[in-house]
Amino acid sequence: MNAWASLTEALAAWKKRGTNLNRRSYFWRKRIAVFLAVVGPGLITSNVDNDAGGISTYSAAGAQFGYTLLWSLIPMTIALYVSEEMCARMGVVTGKGLSDLIREEFGFRSTFFVMVAALFVDLFNTVAEFSGVAEASEIMHVSRYVSVPLAAIAVWLLVVYGSYRIVEKIFLVACGFYLSYVLSAFLAKPDWLLAAHALVVPTVHFNSPYLLMVTGLVGTTIAPWQFFYLQASFVEKRVGPRQYKHARMDVLVGSISCMIIVFFIIVCCAATLNVHGLTNITSAKDAAQALVPLAGKWAGWLFAFGLLNASLFAASILPLSTAHVICEGLGFEAGLDRKFKEAPAFYSLYTALIVVGAGIVLIPRAPLWKILLYSQVGNGIWLPIVLIFILILINRRDLMGVHINSWGFNVIAWTASIIMIILTLVLIYTSVVPQAGSEPGASVHRHFF
Amino acid sequence: MLHATELLGAETYDSHGNFVGRIKEMFVEPSDQPNRVSKFLLSRGQYRPLIARYDQIGIISPGRVALTTDESALELYQPNESYLSVGKDLLDQQIIDTNGRKVVRVNDIDLADNRTNGNTELRITQVDIGLAGAVRRLLQGVVPPMAIRKIQAKLPPRKIQWEFVNLVEPDPLRRVKLRLSSEKLAALHPADLADIMEQLSPDERQGIIASLDEQTAAETIAELDKRLQTQVVENLDPGRAADIMEEMNPDEAADLIASLEPAKSKEVLDEMEHREASEVQELMRFHENTAGGMMTTEMVVVGEEATRGEVVDYIRFHEIGVDQIDNVILINRDAALAGTVPLGRLLLADTDQLMSELTSEPLLSVTPDTKDKEVFELFDKYNLRSLAVVNEHNHPVGAITVDDVVSRMRAKI
Repeated sequence: MNAWASLTEALAAWKKRGTNLNRRSYFWRKRIAVFLAVVGPGLITSNVDNDAGGISTYSAAGAQFGYTLLWSLIPMTIALYVSEEMCARMGVVTGKGLSDLIREEFGFRSTFFVMVAALFVDLFNTVAEFSGVAEASEIMHVSRYVSVPLAAIAVWLLVVYGSYRIVEKIFLVACGFYLSYVLSAFLAKPDWLLAAHALVVPTVHFNSPYLLMVTGLVGTTIAPWQFFYLQASFVEKRVGPRQYKHARMDVLVGSISCMIIVFFIIVCCAATLNVHGLTNITSAKDAAQALVPLAGKWAGWLFAFGLLNASLFAASILPLSTAHVICEGLGFEAGLDRKFKEAPAFYSLYTALIVVGAGIVLIPRAPLWKILLYSQVGNGIWLPIVLIFILILINRRDLMGVHINSWGFNVIAWTASIIMIILTLVLIYTSVVPQAGSEPGASVHRHFF
Repeated sequence: MLHATELLGAETYDSHGNFVGRIKEMFVEPSDQPNRVSKFLLSRGQYRPLIARYDQIGIISPGRVALTTDESALELYQPNESYLSVGKDLLDQQIIDTNGRKVVRVNDIDLADNRTNGNTELRITQVDIGLAGAVRRLLQGVVPPMAIRKIQAKLPPRKIQWEFVNLVEPDPLRRVKLRLSSEKLAALHPADLADIMEQLSPDERQGIIASLDEQTAAETIAELDKRLQTQVVENLDPGRAADIMEEMNPDEAADLIASLEPAKSKEVLDEMEHREASEVQELMRFHENTAGGMMTTEMVVVGEEATRGEVVDYIRFHEIGVDQIDNVILINRDAALAGTVPLGRLLLADTDQLMSELTSEPLLSVTPDTKDKEVFELFDKYNLRSLAVVNEHNHPVGAITVDDVVSRMRAKI
């Protein structure tokens, strides 16, 4: 075995000489890769806020009050960011979902009621999303009896057969489709200077329709289920404290991009419907149809396409989030990375929510209006409870360690939460008691749906 | 049989029938007896809470406990880290079912009540993870206990025997105090253990790795998904991380260390033994998506003129690991690649057969910068189990085994 000596020599020589092969970690490539690995949950969650109900509200706000409500977007962005950031932080630091934490810290009974609320409110919300699909498709002259079942099947297949990575990519593309609202805003040729002015200079009117509209905007933008979804996605993506900076950036970008889309929707409707005196728009469908003669066919179609995209997007995330919340809380296995056999409760719940949600929209003469009203009320009742749970948990040093809220952040978070809670309570009150608002105020309720 | 839910909050009376307080918590002292409830914490509103020992308990029924002693015989409560609390550490928490190899959440706890000379001793027998426990938790205090028992009798039970329950305690000091052994966990297959870890929170994962020996920890970390591997190793101290890395296959260790933050990967390499560290560093030179990034340097290199018997003796003498024998590589007098010998042929050959007669045809090899896609194609086309990697002088520098190919392909899907 004379060869041994020469082999070792050859190896040693080869090692010493080194190679010109690629080094593993290029600084930039790695930086970008890390950011892309974390980005997603925040962007997706915030954009889903602009769902069917949201777009109707924004259209109505633009049509009825023109540019004058734009100022509210900045405080809303702050509230959205503050509340979502807390959930992101909890997910990243504890590695546990929000319902997991509620279960471990507040016991079974609290969790159970949170879950029951989640089930009902989210079911109603899912109905709202599918009725958004129905409306959008009817603008494009497709019957809802074709579009809604197709949408339900597509959404179901996507989540059941897609892995988390694929699903997230599709969702990110869906975020991109929101740009159709930017296009339709440009086609509407608004007065940009006036819009920019209205964005930074608040004009507050103390009449009830105006205040109700502000309340409606907040109510549709900040929904309780999104906190659960956001936190669960960060956990499922295994984002650790080390990547927290990226997670926070993701949430920030998400909140801002969400509000930019809202800005363009309101501007689009303000520049056309409001200017031409069509202030009585009550839904996104009306808005899209009214846009056609004013801003051209394309503006209207882009608007409808945006509605379809938003509804489909939310219809796939809402049932998903709900299934997550309930399974986590009850201790069933959950998550997109598991197969049907491994997490039967998760997938069954998900399927049931889609089937029932889409089914209700297809019932002829179903009292959709009432169901949607209840979904709004449900969100309103649920939001304060969830926000308070979040604020208690985020301040627990044994859970969060050094990542608990700072004093200043607590002031902002509690203030934002209390304002949100008051506004949603007002919204519930006026929804349940129709005569609470004056005559134009009462008509505002319909805008949410 | 009793349930923890029925006892937490139970009214407690002393031997004279006077009300003492309500049971707020039950403690097990695993250092003493692994499953006996040894102490009951009685809360008394504004007064300081008392402790009733197991030998002071008379009759226990759902919602009511009678003591055998006077209230004055009870001690004041002192918190103690070595107590395992039934309410705080078990109820609603996640545990590992080592029999079913899963992470589950505890809904309730079953307690066996054994009566001996007027005393009642409670022992934990099972934890309830099913609907029955959930319903009991929900209805407790709202519906009378007997009615709850009737309802739950109709529900399908899902329970785990106490001996298969493994608590998840991230704090290593407390693990010691609670006498939590990791034997049951270490006995699981590393792949199952990795699945379990993926369902836990980061602190809990760290707790599990901390309780495993280096060999098992290395095997388990190797099975984790990539992002978790990095996270887990980054949170270990460099010395421990280095010990674990030394136990891993060099190619896996190289991938892992390369994915750490630069400062951390340097710390880990510094702590590793010189030979292993240089091997790993050698592998880290290569780009991940090339043959060099996939290969291992653990191989058996022998001269082509050796006989089968000599090679087997050599393998035995040097106690070469089983994984390493997958790659038996022959070299000629110029130390250039002369062939590869499949394990099966080596097994069946006669003792004095020459190694050069056992090589697989055709003679295949790749260079370290060959794209991984080409490597996959070669494995597929020739049904390879291992493939030699050579430098530009045709000297073998490493080998790729089929398991590296499988895991790299899965990562690409």
